Amino acid sequence: MNGFILKYDGSFEGLLCCVFEAYHQKLQILDIQPLDRAADQLFAESLEVNTDVQKASRVLKALQKKTSSQGLLRIKWTFLSELPGMEIQLFRAIRYIFASEKPVDADYSEDSILYLAQTIKKVGREKHRMEAFVRFRLTHDGIYFALIEPDFNVLPIISRHFTSRYADQEWIIYDLKRGFGLHYDKNSTQFIQLDLPENVGISGAPSEYFANEEIAFQELWQAYFNNVNIKSRVNTRLHLQHVPRRYWKYLTEKSSFA
Amino acid sequence: MDFDRIKEKLSILADAAKYDVSCSSSGSKRKNTNKGLGDSSGMGICHSYTEDGRCVSLLKILLTNHCIFDCAYCVTRKSNDIKRAAFKVQEVVDLTISFYRRNYIEGLFLSSGIFKDADTTMERLIQVAKKLREEENFNGYIHLKSIPGASDELMREAGLYADRLSVNIEIPTKSGLKLLAPDKNHEDFMKPMKKVKNEIIQYKQESRIIKSTPKYAPAGQSTQMIVGATGESDRDIMYTSNFFYKNYQMRRVYYSGYVPVANDPRLPALGTQVPVLRENRLYQTDWLMRFYGFDVREILNNDYPHLDMEIDPKLSWALRNREHFPVNINRADKSMLLRIPGVGLKSVNKILQARKFRKLNWEHLKKIGIALNRAQYFITCDSRIWEKNDYSSDRLKQIIIQNSASKFRKDTGQLSLFS
Repeated sequence: MNGFILKYDGSFEGLLCCVFEAYHQKLQILDIQPLDRAADQLFAESLEVNTDVQKASRVLKALQKKTSSQGLLRIKWTFLSELPGMEIQLFRAIRYIFASEKPVDADYSEDSILYLAQTIKKVGREKHRMEAFVRFRLTHDGIYFALIEPDFNVLPIISRHFTSRYADQEWIIYDLKRGFGLHYDKNSTQFIQLDLPENVGISGAPSEYFANEEIAFQELWQAYFNNVNIKSRVNTRLHLQHVPRRYWKYLTEKSSFA
Repeated sequence: MDFDRIKEKLSILADAAKYDVSCSSSGSKRKNTNKGLGDSSGMGICHSYTEDGRCVSLLKILLTNHCIFDCAYCVTRKSNDIKRAAFKVQEVVDLTISFYRRNYIEGLFLSSGIFKDADTTMERLIQVAKKLREEENFNGYIHLKSIPGASDELMREAGLYADRLSVNIEIPTKSGLKLLAPDKNHEDFMKPMKKVKNEIIQYKQESRIIKSTPKYAPAGQSTQMIVGATGESDRDIMYTSNFFYKNYQMRRVYYSGYVPVANDPRLPALGTQVPVLRENRLYQTDWLMRFYGFDVREILNNDYPHLDMEIDPKLSWALRNREHFPVNINRADKSMLLRIPGVGLKSVNKILQARKFRKLNWEHLKKIGIALNRAQYFITCDSRIWEKNDYSSDRLKQIIIQNSASKFRKDTGQLSLFS
């Protein structure tokens, strides 16, 4: 019998439903692909899986019984990586978790478990970087506003960090790549979607939107950054390792104000 | 705010503070309460990195670079002809808050030249921290420099507002200090340190009984030593450091390769290269002491007063103690796994976890991420193939150096004559 390629809607629940169907219909799975990225293959049959919240939650509950909260977190973070091919790795890891008598979260000799460990390391690194590299600009309305474009979808997992840290100021962090943001209104944090004008820029302070003194603080920060460098110790390689070039345009201290 | 004037001061006083190595902002337990600003209960965050590759986590500045002392190694020394400036207390508070709100920093590291006497200076530093905590409801990280010679009373107060306190002892040996900082007294450094240590212990004991005991310097103390200014040996440095870890419960000791800032016959000449590799080896040794269960005397002693610059100190120790190897990856206990060259803390934990499921072979070890170029000569695992390890230690060292791409190894750039 040929195997199946499952297609799902790209949501986490959708992926869990793929797991449900694989077990329910005893399917041999070759790959799992989101609908918008799916490619037809000659020798495999493809099957579109509908997302059903109840089926998803059954899989989730079963997982909770077999793995620790840490293990569950790994599954969710791997999903947020959006890496091509992560679905089938997640499927294999979940199958391995279900099949094992004892907890296997830390069995790094199993390929799919190691894949999860390596992927959450990447996602975790970018989560940490976004906690560091977000640069707020103060708008006329008193909102601290930041734009980001992370490689992985880390906005959902940095929410708690910013909410607990900036509890007394209103802020928005917006992911330009994925077209959604987080908004904290001093009470709660919500996902939002905005139509952003082009000229809002990623740094600098166009006077239509930003507070009068905003640009002065950006310049102060640049002045500080330039003065803490020790010239006789310059180490560009190390610098780039810590602050990869792709993030520069979002960093006040590295960008020339647009 | 007069931004031009502030910018000028900021440039001068950030420039003068940049030789302070510590930029740590972790290890505190100050949660955001009552919807205030900031939180320093987690790990620290480096918000940026300087072009020399060091982390920028705190707004690190001097309150003033006016100083009554004339220490040879210091840019701020009285005899140095430089621009002087001083911040007002409120200016530092405003800068910290507006930088923090924009997510540029984790908090403030405030140090100062000693402008009148130790107590007046210390008092001013405390005022900044107190304002931040009490008026701005600020829960970010605050690191205050303890001014040598400051009174016990002020040191007690400082710890109530700061997360961390530090005194830089700067010169690792007493004789070196006498030579380069004749106005300063070794005892003046130790006194505030001792006071802070005792207060930390006392507050900890009290908080066990009374929950509401205020926090006292929750991230502890640190200190810093300049390396390569007075001809001290690596052993001198690390024994001093060990002394502070053992007797003062120091959280961190920092090592700062001397950057020539003065033309002084007592010091390396201007333009002398900063000993960055040596600094790196010292940090590696520090790690071995704190996290890998090494006693400093195993690494440095009368026979080996200096660290090997070509290889890391763990490999160096292993080559001198071949009788402990090879270690069996699948059976050895944790303390021995930690001593294998090329195997770090995280790899050790992965090995311990993974070997519960099956015996590990070379392929597994490679995937786990251990540095086999070094480790292979010191271990056995679930495999018939094993690396020949009956080389002499000298020969083995050469083989490992040849097979590793050290970031410090200089490309010779020499062209072959006959190519």
